[in-house]
Amino acid sequence: MREIVVISGKGGTGKTSLTAAFAHLAQNKILCDLDVDAPDLHILLEPKTTRQCAFLSGHEATIDPALCQACGICAAKCRFRAIQAVEGSYRIDPTRCEGCKVCVALCPHQAIDFQERLCGTWYQSETRFGPMVHAQLFPGQENSGRLVSLLKQQARDLAEQRGIDLIISDGSPGIGCPVIASLSQATLALIVTEPTPSGMHDLKRIAELCEHFRIRIAVLVNKWDLNPENTTAIESLCLEKGYAMAGRLPHDTQVAQAMVQRKAVTELDENPFNLQVRQIWKGIEALLPNH
Amino acid sequence: MIVAVASGKGGTGKTTVSASLAATWERPLVAVDLDVEEPNLHLFLKPSLVSIETVNLEVPVLDAERCTLCRACTELCQFKALAIFGKTLMVMPEMCHGCGGCFEVCPTGALKPGSRELGVMEIGHSRGSIPCLTGRLRIGESMSPPLMRHIRHRMAEMASDMSADVIIDAPPGVSCPAMNAVQDSDVILLVTEPTPFGFHDFQLAWEAFTPLKKPMGVVINRAGLGDDRAYAFCKAKGLPILAEIPYRREIAEHYAKGGLLAELDNEMRWTFASLQEGLDRLHGQDPRAQPGDPVGECEGGRRASSASGRSPLAPDQGAAHA
Repeated sequence: MREIVVISGKGGTGKTSLTAAFAHLAQNKILCDLDVDAPDLHILLEPKTTRQCAFLSGHEATIDPALCQACGICAAKCRFRAIQAVEGSYRIDPTRCEGCKVCVALCPHQAIDFQERLCGTWYQSETRFGPMVHAQLFPGQENSGRLVSLLKQQARDLAEQRGIDLIISDGSPGIGCPVIASLSQATLALIVTEPTPSGMHDLKRIAELCEHFRIRIAVLVNKWDLNPENTTAIESLCLEKGYAMAGRLPHDTQVAQAMVQRKAVTELDENPFNLQVRQIWKGIEALLPNH
Repeated sequence: MIVAVASGKGGTGKTTVSASLAATWERPLVAVDLDVEEPNLHLFLKPSLVSIETVNLEVPVLDAERCTLCRACTELCQFKALAIFGKTLMVMPEMCHGCGGCFEVCPTGALKPGSRELGVMEIGHSRGSIPCLTGRLRIGESMSPPLMRHIRHRMAEMASDMSADVIIDAPPGVSCPAMNAVQDSDVILLVTEPTPFGFHDFQLAWEAFTPLKKPMGVVINRAGLGDDRAYAFCKAKGLPILAEIPYRREIAEHYAKGGLLAELDNEMRWTFASLQEGLDRLHGQDPRAQPGDPVGECEGGRRASSASGRSPLAPDQGAAHA
């Protein structure tokens, strides 16, 4: 199975717009939106959902006020400061509770319930570019890494069922838990960056993370003409570190225009900009191992 | 007043807004970067580094001689950080959330406190007087909330010692790291852009932060990009739009050079001055009442210097960076 994960470190560099274009250009593939926290790929792909499942993960503690003797042990032991005294009783703030079960285990009155937490929904869908798996973590929820792993597994299962050997995944910003989960067993990490101080700073960190997990890296410089000097610096860095160069794209309002029309930029009439996107995709395909 | 600058979608301009607000703030301030995965605020505030501290999480270390394989710890641990393989208890410190539960339930004292490095906390000074606090997650570390909690603790101490306001540059998204970053704030400033992605994630952010019952204001960045639903949404939800930053190529180029937006031209200087006023109003604080209050008296020298040197309307600021 070949899996391309599009990531960036910094947000807003163009991951999703480019993933949609590659989804349009690639033959026989499964699409996967691994940005479960703020997913956007569905906005361009307008999926028709064929399967919808609840994502249950972890637990949440709640105190039964009828049983609580207000001894305060739970609050003293909670390292996440999730338990506060409220009018002679104790209450758990669900936004701070990590579901560690320490309060449940230590409560001398068995006054704390420990329910499974409904964290989000995941979907299997059909789009004009092919099958897609995606999800929405409920706002404020955790366990995004586990949901990412679940989506990756679903995408692999679906690919196997349909005899497809390519998965294109849109990743999330950052270098933390969901990004680490999205890199697991990836064939290629396509890092979309921009020639700005933030873009460059974050590129170095995300690339180091990929190296840490021994994932092959290709770098695409988006909006390169905003600062040609910085673009050259990024390209030198790639050369020095041995990262593949996927190419550069200029700053172009077409990306926003395509988005407003709910289209991939390559679905607009042929023009110099989207021809470059096609060229870049060919280069990326060439970086993948053969079937 | 603690202002958290958040967004939902990444790359909408949180750092741009935080940095310019911090640089033009008219009262004592601590600037805090809680986007510990990809901290960028320092790239624009350019603080001189004063100290750097390693931040650790307490995780269990096994004293195998004392372990009786009773399974009390493995049954409690919700994060798969402890498991029994054959006749050995295995500790996976990288999975540990640091809840301390295993120490509590181990009947023989076989688990001792050890540590895992989460990252570092950097403290610096920007523009002579603004303390900058930055969390920087160790590469390969998956959990940002414990490092963020440590930074937040220091942030509260510094703000209270200096009687200072705080500007927090929050991470993108609406899951645990973003929630963690806005938890201490008095006001949440949402930065969005008028695109379909921007609007979608803006609604998610509003939905995530509304239960916190904190006043929220909005900055529309790249105004004019074509999807105007955010305006109608703000109107319907009673969210005040405190500033609009137009979509202009020169703004993107200025940012690409590491420039502060508030120093680009007079229009931007005015935008950030009025944004601060809007935040003060949102917080229910009349900025004109400040100089006479007790905090104002003891911070008088500082205030005077900021009025002459860091006023958002000071005309000398733009040239240096342009």
